Amino acid sequence: MSQEAIHQPAVTKPAPSGTAGASASFIRKHMREYGILLALIVIMAFFQIVTNGILLKPINLTNLILQNSYVIIMALGMLLVIVSGHIDLSVGSVLGFVGALAAVMIVQWDMNYILAGVICLAVGAVIGAMQGYWIAYWKIPSFIVTLAGMLVFKGLTLWVLAGQSVGPFPRGFQLISSGFLPDVFGIKGFNLLSMLLGVVVVAVMLFFGLRSRFRNRSSGHDDEPALFFFGRNFILAAAIVYITWALSTFRGFPNVLVVMALLIAVYSFITSRTTIGRRIYAVGGNEKATRLSGINTERLVFFTFANMGMLAALAGLVFAARLNTATPKAGLGFELDVIAAVFIGGASMAGGVGTIIGAVIGAFIMGVMNNGMSILGIGIDYQQVIKGLVLLVAVIFDVYNKNRA
Amino acid sequence: MTTILQMQGITKTFPGVIALDDVNLTVAEGEIHALVGENGAGKSTLMKVLSGVYPHGSYDGVIEFRGEECRFSGIADSEKRGIIIIHQELALVPLLSIAENIFLGNERAAGGVIDWHETFSRTRDLLAKVGLKESPQTRVTELGLGKQQLVEIAKALSKEVKLLILDEPTSSLNETDSEALLNLLLEFKAAGISSILISHKLNEISKVADTITVLRDGAAVSTLDAKGSHVGEADIIRDMVGRSLNDRYPPREPKIGETIFEVKNWTAHHPQHSERKVCDDVSFHVKAGEVVGIAGLMGAGRTELAMSLFGRSYGTNISGTVEMHGRPVDVSTVNRAISAGICYATEDRKTFGLVLDDTIRRNIPLANLGGIADGIVIDENRELAVARDYRERIRIKCSSTAQEVVNLSGGNQQKVVLAKWLFAGPEVLILDEPTRGIDVGAKYEIYAIIAELARTGKAIVVISSEMPELLGVTDRIYVMNEGRFVGEMPTKEASQEKIMSLIIRSGHRN
Ligand SMILES: Nc1ncnc2c1ncn2[C@@H]1O[C@H](COP(=O)(O)OP(=O)(O)OP(=O)(O)O)[C@@H](O)[C@H]1O
Ligand SMILES: [Mg+2]
Repeated sequence: MSQEAIHQPAVTKPAPSGTAGASASFIRKHMREYGILLALIVIMAFFQIVTNGILLKPINLTNLILQNSYVIIMALGMLLVIVSGHIDLSVGSVLGFVGALAAVMIVQWDMNYILAGVICLAVGAVIGAMQGYWIAYWKIPSFIVTLAGMLVFKGLTLWVLAGQSVGPFPRGFQLISSGFLPDVFGIKGFNLLSMLLGVVVVAVMLFFGLRSRFRNRSSGHDDEPALFFFGRNFILAAAIVYITWALSTFRGFPNVLVVMALLIAVYSFITSRTTIGRRIYAVGGNEKATRLSGINTERLVFFTFANMGMLAALAGLVFAARLNTATPKAGLGFELDVIAAVFIGGASMAGGVGTIIGAVIGAFIMGVMNNGMSILGIGIDYQQVIKGLVLLVAVIFDVYNKNRA
Repeated sequence: MTTILQMQGITKTFPGVIALDDVNLTVAEGEIHALVGENGAGKSTLMKVLSGVYPHGSYDGVIEFRGEECRFSGIADSEKRGIIIIHQELALVPLLSIAENIFLGNERAAGGVIDWHETFSRTRDLLAKVGLKESPQTRVTELGLGKQQLVEIAKALSKEVKLLILDEPTSSLNETDSEALLNLLLEFKAAGISSILISHKLNEISKVADTITVLRDGAAVSTLDAKGSHVGEADIIRDMVGRSLNDRYPPREPKIGETIFEVKNWTAHHPQHSERKVCDDVSFHVKAGEVVGIAGLMGAGRTELAMSLFGRSYGTNISGTVEMHGRPVDVSTVNRAISAGICYATEDRKTFGLVLDDTIRRNIPLANLGGIADGIVIDENRELAVARDYRERIRIKCSSTAQEVVNLSGGNQQKVVLAKWLFAGPEVLILDEPTRGIDVGAKYEIYAIIAELARTGKAIVVISSEMPELLGVTDRIYVMNEGRFVGEMPTKEASQEKIMSLIIRSGHRN
């Protein structure tokens, strides 16, 4: 083009860098992601030692997963909500309400539990959509709408259950939470199916990891130094194989784990690789600019909340199945655990920032601490204090990192 | 003349970028010192080092102010010494009054209780000094940009100012407001206040500056004495871009075809005062390969017209029709406007143009995500290729396309906005102040892009407050005033005087 003649290409002088410089700047940029993974490892190692190895015992690992499944399921939806620049305080109440609804339909009305489950998910989505409607189209702050929702559904739970606990559920329904993958190979004391599944997951993960690294290389993406790439994948693969093995020697993969893993994979993919995910981040980053780019920001926010409602309903089913009863107290304060997990995982209150994997790790950090401290017999009072401080430290770390950049 | 400020060997790096490389700057007492350079040359960074935004220790080098070495740890420190900076982006609290803004953080108070009487009377004095007649209780949102800029200056004056730094103060002002501001600087100079002025408008610089320092790629390449002898703009440009620039506008042979875009009887009302028309029965058309300008003063309703056309992004009670190739099209949402082939690049890149905390790579395809995706799955390699292509083509200066746009210099942010709309592949591109805050070299590049688009048969609308720019790049000019189109002429027959007189005459009529 003709402007070539005007002046030399404006290249920015790169700062002096060797491989050491490159990895140093890489760490600085990705401090948060590695920091949180490291934090989880350190916390696990700590409790593994102080509980004399109980933490990672197969039975406890199974427990850990079952205990945290509903927080993780809701954290997936909450991450989208928070990335889009909003918050949902109603999820704990919605969880309780849906559990109550399921109990009434299945236990009192004798409805087929699969049908009831589908209805419950739909109800959750409608609840989320209703809240999303006011937030997206009427621009009422999500804090207020969902605070109202929190009160409304807490009250409705009480009303539906008439203040009583309702249970127990039929065996089939309980299996959502207390069931395990079938032992098709029939080896005593070892669930080979789970083990094989775990190995396949690791293999697939490594395959895709390597493939994308290879592609990025060939197109000259600036990407992570080899040491980090292999280190990260090695730790992750080793962890998954170990957990798989441990679970296989107990009763195999809980059904919930399979559901959860699938959801994590799907939501990770949506957020990182699809146009919808990209739009959600853009809305949280700058709503006006996103709207002027031809993106229907209202509809996006609306669906984010509908999705959150559906996931809260799923978590409600899982929770009710696990307790085998629906109680008026179910879900009390869960929204705080979920929101804390997402923020520990590196999401920003202002929107536009955060990852699914971060939120999941954040949820595990909270879960491991709950579990470890309970094993140690630390009182609920101290537990709250410690969890609160961890949340604060995580966010301070974020802010510190951001200011230093 | 004594030296008031000496900056020596200033070096400042960001991860992957050397923004300043051993820069020396000397400012004499009571002078107006201009700082010029291309986008990303390091002007704003140098001033942030000086004012303590980047504290001592985060850069190398020595700052000496009024004979003492300074190690500022924050803005408050430098303000205490009398160095006041007015940033490229205004920093007023819109919902507070002028008086509250001026004394924010510096309240006239006794024991924590604000003395409103003193606050207002001092504000009135300060406003008089900068030539504003507004009441101190006026809220800042109610002021135009030019007046807000003056409030910023009044705020600076409320502190003991010895050295006033203005980073592109006139980039969003019209000519009268700019003129007033420059005269104010001359008055301050007479009162002994030194100032550093950053601007891309070289005519202003040669008018008021005593000394000009040129930065290029993070280094001070020359210091020109502009006092007695008149330094030509050509000299400044030569030092800025490293070679001389003969033409300000690329040569072009317009090949004008059929009418592509036609707007008929477009009327839009103000969103709050619904009885007020911001666009009143506007009709215009643009042909294939044609560049059409819309001239007018700030507040004439040009941006409002463009935004209301672009998916009703502004205004209420909108009526009128839009036709593409002679057929009416639906432009009622942004998405539909884009699908119809109409794109609008905003004048306000921070608010409406960019997701600031996101990377260049992710900002560019935002208006055309389909262009980098298979179905709904984004192909990151294609995304990267697109970003690199635009980086190359319009010379976005950055350390990598993974750099966050918030860290780009203002001019380069503007280029990212342009890249975004070029990638959306419009047939009609409406550019609102496309060269605001952009250096002369980059302006030429943007004009060349406009010319190239026109050559390929696109229809271009340029909204600009810089009349020389309109005269330089367009084929035909519409003149807008108070929401109405008050004149139209081929650019060949147009002149600044003609346009101004149309505006003034139409203003007298009512
Ligand atoms: N926080 C930051 N992180 C990384 N790079 C930065 C940061 N701030 C500035 N830069 C880089 O430093 C260089 C100088 O930027 P600066 O804002 O000083 O330019 P400028 O001369 O003021 O340009 P303009 O005329 O466009 O305002 C640019 O290449 C910019 O990308
Ligand atoms: Mg600047």
